[in-house]
Amino acid sequence: MPLTPFPSLFPALPELFLICAAMALLMVGAFRGEGSARLVSWLAVLALVVTIGLVVVVGPARQVGLNGLFITDGFAFFMKVLVLIGSALSIVMSMGYNEREGIARFEFPVLILLATLGMLMMISAHDLISLYIGLELQSLALYVCAAFKRDSVASTEAGLKYFVLGALSSGMLLYGCSLIYGFSGTTSFDQLAQSFAAGQASTGIIVGIVFVSVGLAFKCSAVPFHMWTPDVYQGAPTPVTAFFSIAPKVAAVALFIRFLVEPFGGLAGEWRQIIQFIAIASMLLGAFAAINQRNIKRLMAYSSIGHVGYALIGLAAGTEDGITGVLIYMAIYIFMNVGTFAVILSMRRNGKMVEGIDELAGLGKTQPAMALALGIFMFSMAGIPPLAGFFSKLYVFMAAINAGLVPLAIIGVVSSVVGAFYYLRIVKLMYFDEPTGVFDRPIGREIQAVLIVAATVVMLFFIVPAPLVSGAGAAAASLFPG
Amino acid sequence: MSSFPILSLATFLPLIGAAFILILRGAPDIVARNARWIALWTSLITCVLSLFLWAGFDPATPEFQFVEHADWLPAFSIAYHMGIDGISLFFVLLSTFLTVLCVGASWVSITVRVKEYMVAFLVLETLMVGMFCALDLILFYMFFEGVLIPMFLIIGIWGGPRRVYASFKFFLYTLLGSVLMLLAILAIYVQTGTTDLPTAMAYDFPVGLQKWLFLAFFASFAVKVPMWPVHTWLPDAHVEAPTAGSVILAGVLLKMGGYGFVRFSLPMFPVATEYFTPLIFTLSIVAIIYTSLVALAQEDMKKLIAYSSVAHMGIVTLGIFTVTEEGLQGAVLQMLSHGIVSSALFLVVGVVYDRLHTRDIARYGGLADNMPKYAFVFMAFMLASVGLPGTSGFVGEFLVLLGTFQVNTWAAFLATTGTILSAAYMLYLYRRVVFGKITREDVRRMLDLSPREIAIFAPLIVLVLWMGIYPASFLKPMQASVANLIERVESAQKAAHLETVPRVAVR
Repeated sequence: MPLTPFPSLFPALPELFLICAAMALLMVGAFRGEGSARLVSWLAVLALVVTIGLVVVVGPARQVGLNGLFITDGFAFFMKVLVLIGSALSIVMSMGYNEREGIARFEFPVLILLATLGMLMMISAHDLISLYIGLELQSLALYVCAAFKRDSVASTEAGLKYFVLGALSSGMLLYGCSLIYGFSGTTSFDQLAQSFAAGQASTGIIVGIVFVSVGLAFKCSAVPFHMWTPDVYQGAPTPVTAFFSIAPKVAAVALFIRFLVEPFGGLAGEWRQIIQFIAIASMLLGAFAAINQRNIKRLMAYSSIGHVGYALIGLAAGTEDGITGVLIYMAIYIFMNVGTFAVILSMRRNGKMVEGIDELAGLGKTQPAMALALGIFMFSMAGIPPLAGFFSKLYVFMAAINAGLVPLAIIGVVSSVVGAFYYLRIVKLMYFDEPTGVFDRPIGREIQAVLIVAATVVMLFFIVPAPLVSGAGAAAASLFPG
Repeated sequence: MSSFPILSLATFLPLIGAAFILILRGAPDIVARNARWIALWTSLITCVLSLFLWAGFDPATPEFQFVEHADWLPAFSIAYHMGIDGISLFFVLLSTFLTVLCVGASWVSITVRVKEYMVAFLVLETLMVGMFCALDLILFYMFFEGVLIPMFLIIGIWGGPRRVYASFKFFLYTLLGSVLMLLAILAIYVQTGTTDLPTAMAYDFPVGLQKWLFLAFFASFAVKVPMWPVHTWLPDAHVEAPTAGSVILAGVLLKMGGYGFVRFSLPMFPVATEYFTPLIFTLSIVAIIYTSLVALAQEDMKKLIAYSSVAHMGIVTLGIFTVTEEGLQGAVLQMLSHGIVSSALFLVVGVVYDRLHTRDIARYGGLADNMPKYAFVFMAFMLASVGLPGTSGFVGEFLVLLGTFQVNTWAAFLATTGTILSAAYMLYLYRRVVFGKITREDVRRMLDLSPREIAIFAPLIVLVLWMGIYPASFLKPMQASVANLIERVESAQKAAHLETVPRVAVR
């Protein structure tokens, strides 16, 4: 009996660094006490940037490590960079808010680092076990984040609600995993892929896939498992909401793609209809339910539900260009969302945060630059060219038509017109209505920087779209070997 | 063919002007003044630049000229491909020309947020010119749809009391039409592997697919034209938009639909064109007669002209779908003529609106007494709109009716009644506003045209007469392109007929 060789750790280098960094920062925070929040936050951002560097060092080549539990490939490379960018921007945006609201604790950036670590694990999962471990690490950190503002009833409620529903969904996911294991005898994605390459599977496997899909749909807040989203988004502290709407969403979509395409690519005919239904339901609900929202965080919750629906169109196509479309969608989505939340974070009047959409009235007069940026994000989310949001929709619709899913594409574009209504309403408030008051200034240098970066990317993406598109294409190709 | 990227320059020059305006800082009135001047100069230079296009244009060839080609999204073989032929040439000129007038017409009537206003118009100019030059479907779509953003803001920020309703209606209506076209473009991409327009124009799509694609493009262009019954956004948008906004709407944005039919629907879907011609004829005839009758009953000057636009554009769609040389040339000329005449009429309304701040026809009357120059200008454009021989309106309508007569006598007959109705409502409008006795003191106190206003109207009158008296300078450059287009459509239709069982011509 030969000894099991020590597993190669090189593919997991970014994750190993990140966990060490999180521990170290916890120490820094614990020893330096309460005043260290800003320092720890910046160090956390630094750690995330270094992690991006390490992801680049590991590279986009396909490597399986940790005895087959862990994989890095072009897809993981792309998604990890997205998640890390999203997390870093979230921490940058959170600092000013946390200080003003009196919740500037060093645990916050550490929690985000841990959640990010979970996301990286999810993206690199190559086995049902590592899938679940990554997902839980992420979720537990996020539950705490949602309830981070302990004195606020809404925040506590949001955390509790997220925890209870999240635990339920994790249970379903785990049950699905056990079914898959029970009916196939393995948890390894490679072996599952070999077993089902022919496209034949027993009912037990299908039921297992459905249960896991339910759990994943919950994590990326797709209809009909979206119910937690508006409440949690509204109740959680705004930087947490911003974080929720960016990094975990990307990670969950990435896991969704990896889970369906890699081990069960052969069964695409079986799961495609589930994804189609989820995509249609999410797009329609995201479009119609948002119309009557008066709270901007709630509105963004529905908006994010809709965007997940559009992204899932690409997964429903199940083809290489479909996945390319999803990747492009998520990349652009990050920038639109980060920018929008940067504006929401600066909606402060007389020292208090305001969240009503009507508070934006007349922003075009009182703060023209911010209004211009938010206007760009809104038109972009509505998918109007030449802004970036148009390209994200373009590719998923292209993939859908290429895969013959014309009805899905038609429902998609029609719901995008409905969705355009509420995005336009924000533009209307800012530019057509008279101001009711002004927001506090200054808005903070970090927020300003994030806003400028995001607006520039969204506005000028059309000039050089090729790098992102070819990068996403290469990432998607790694999921479809041969 | 020069290697100098004159089309790109003409397209993106306004953006440079807009950027300059954006960085203006200082006291509000100085910023406003500088913004006006920068906008005027930028649009003037662009206009002159586009005249070089006309001068350098070779009318002998139907090929695209001044072509520019650059990789943009090589992974999807989507390219930055620009070029113009005899059909698009004049639309480019129309766009650049009208933008100058719009800046001039907004000189004193726009007093709030002048900076943003001028930026919006310059961005709009870029998008319009780019749209008429684009030779790639995705590129075209970007310009086509991008127009919505500045127009939405122009109507919504500087518009009248019901501006919010009008701007939303305009935006969502046209967006719904265009997204279907986007799907059709993607379907074309999937079918042909490219979005390059010249390639797609020569590609023979399967007949079944052609019909669906045609309908998707039709959804977009019919809203833009607008054809009856999807025209209802237009009166609202026109009435609420500021004067210059109405001018651009009537002058250029409506032409995007007609241009789309000529550029895309006809050459790409010739068989479907034939199949749907009866439908389009019917809709056009209904538009001509019905909206003319509606125009007769209007109390609001802008609304009346808006409805007359729908009727005139009905003549355009009729002409396009005759697919005869006369019909197509007439349709394009009618679009140009309408672009100038209806823009001029909106400016005419704007003149009195600036003074009295009402568009209610009943509030005026007897303007011939105290505003003789105004009465003359109004008359010139009113007669051009009616289609009096010697004006631009006549040539276009006549050619279209000539073409229609060859294809369908009844359609020609009914369309002709429309021109009679148009004389009725325009003359009625003119009588109520200009003739009669002045009964109100504020009307009596109105001043006649200022030199600035005369400077705006003079080139328009010259153009109207030029197109009416010597249309050859406009028809000649488009002849080769139109003939080429007709040949493409007819040969494709013939090929399709040979494939299937020969049908009895229903016409």
